[in-house]
Amino acid sequence: MNAVELDSLGLTLGRRPILRDVTLAVREGEFVGVLGPNGAGKTTLFRAILGLLKPAAGTIRVFGETARPGNAAIGYLAQSRSALPQLHLSGREFIASSIRGERYGLPILGPEGRRQLDEALDLVGAREIAARPLSAMSGGERQRLLFAQALIGHPKLLLLDEPLISLDPRRQREVVELARRLCRELGITVLFSAHELSQLFGAIDRVLYLGNGHAALGTIDEVIRPAVLSPLYGSEIEVVRANGHIFILSGDARVEEDPHLHEHHDHGHEHHDHGHS
Amino acid sequence: MGILDLDFMRNAFAASGIVAVVAGIVGVFLVLRGQTFAGHALSHVGFAGATAAGLIGLSPLGGMIAFTVLAGIGMGALGERLSGRDVAVGIVLALSLGFGLLFLHYYTSFATQASALLFGNVLAVSTGTLLTLAVLGVVALVALAAISRPLLFATLQPELAEARGVSQRTTGILFMAIVAITVSASVQIVGVLLVFTLMVGPAAAAERLTTRLGPGVLLAALIALAEAWLGVIIAFYTDWPVSFCITALSALAYFAAVIATRQA
Ligand SMILES: Nc1ncnc2c1ncn2[C@@H]1O[C@H](COP(=O)(O)OP(=O)(O)OP(=O)(O)O)[C@@H](O)[C@H]1O
Ligand SMILES: [Mg+2]
Repeated sequence: MNAVELDSLGLTLGRRPILRDVTLAVREGEFVGVLGPNGAGKTTLFRAILGLLKPAAGTIRVFGETARPGNAAIGYLAQSRSALPQLHLSGREFIASSIRGERYGLPILGPEGRRQLDEALDLVGAREIAARPLSAMSGGERQRLLFAQALIGHPKLLLLDEPLISLDPRRQREVVELARRLCRELGITVLFSAHELSQLFGAIDRVLYLGNGHAALGTIDEVIRPAVLSPLYGSEIEVVRANGHIFILSGDARVEEDPHLHEHHDHGHEHHDHGHS
Repeated sequence: MGILDLDFMRNAFAASGIVAVVAGIVGVFLVLRGQTFAGHALSHVGFAGATAAGLIGLSPLGGMIAFTVLAGIGMGALGERLSGRDVAVGIVLALSLGFGLLFLHYYTSFATQASALLFGNVLAVSTGTLLTLAVLGVVALVALAAISRPLLFATLQPELAEARGVSQRTTGILFMAIVAITVSASVQIVGVLLVFTLMVGPAAAAERLTTRLGPGVLLAALIALAEAWLGVIIAFYTDWPVSFCITALSALAYFAAVIATRQA
């Protein structure tokens, strides 16, 4: 069975089209890196898979069922986590709030809830960390905690929205390895959004590249090609491979006007380093 | 003659005790959600409600409850869009106070009530008011207990809660309605201008002292209760206004908690 199936999917926010006519399928147990420039629609796609945004056209199926809010098969690590660092609440209590948090009544865990909590914390090795208040954790520790939280209730699909943000390269590698391990050992399908392909190199099975309303899913060799990426960037793209690095270059003037698309400017050429370091 | 032999003192203890416990508990969630300013603003809307009700011959407490609950529901419905809009909330707050002043201006015999409304007068709580406060307290706590689980989830992890089907809007509206009821009750003890002292002070102190929610709620209720009762006792023996004594104790408790936990 496929974990996620998009069929002629169109997504709009307000009046703005984010994705147009996207058809693709993520297989069960796959580790897929979701890439694309800022504003490409990574978060929007995740929200749609969660059922928080109704498709403007087409359908989204998650394990064969139409996407709907409250699907317990999906674990989610959201991108915006700005309020956390000030909270003087222990990591345990923080995560505990999500265990059957949709039910009315008092927030009391019970033995089964505590077991689930410990199990998830142990999976990512965060039991000690979780005893501390959120305000006394490093960014990486907080990330590990949120990871544990996404695993509560044995989800079959994990949507991890930019879990690498504000982590140093070593921690980034750890988080990617953790995701890969969970994917391999527990058979969880993982969609992992990131900004640099190099962060995911060697770990992911396939890459889902979003841009310009389009999407391309395939292995790195299949997707990181001029013919595939050019429509995503809306300009002529060159892919240069050297010393195990992949550079995505664009000489188009239109690209330069859009600060979203590229971070590095070099003599009118854009460089994206997409390889190992 | 003992302090509890006086009817009005018994009422004062009962009323301030009930309100303190409710305000302390509701305050924990208010602080956690970062909506303390909204709570403060609600009490000012209540001032306009109470004076308007007085002007047309209705019960000021009834007017206060009606206005604050409506305003609370409105604030809850605006939800996210209101966060960070301190200026807009502040302007509504000032406008409400202004309207309250206008209503008082046209209802001069009501003017003696102004100070009680603004700064509270727990020594004048009648048995009837005491009963109303008890009912308000029970309603607020029962409602809070009923929604506390999804409320906490939606507060701490809004995106995830939404993904699990918790309506941000519904929990936000219900919670602000609970806050409005609590504010209305608190005003009877410490007045419109000082609701912070019972609703925010104890909760903020408790929040610094524990990293867990359950103990935090208990601690906030106990701190608020201690402040209220000690305040009444100190006022009785010194003849200082009760509200002053409670605010002084509230500030003391908060800054003591800050200093005690500073190194962390
Ligand atoms: N309410 C809205 N109405 C119209 N457009 C919106 C709205 N909210 C977001 N957008 C736009 O939708 C686009 C997609 O946003 P999304 O957050 O999905 O991008 P993303 O790929 O996750 O970007 P990032 O890498 O910055 O996280 C953005 O260009 C954004 O400006
Ligand atoms: Mg995003």
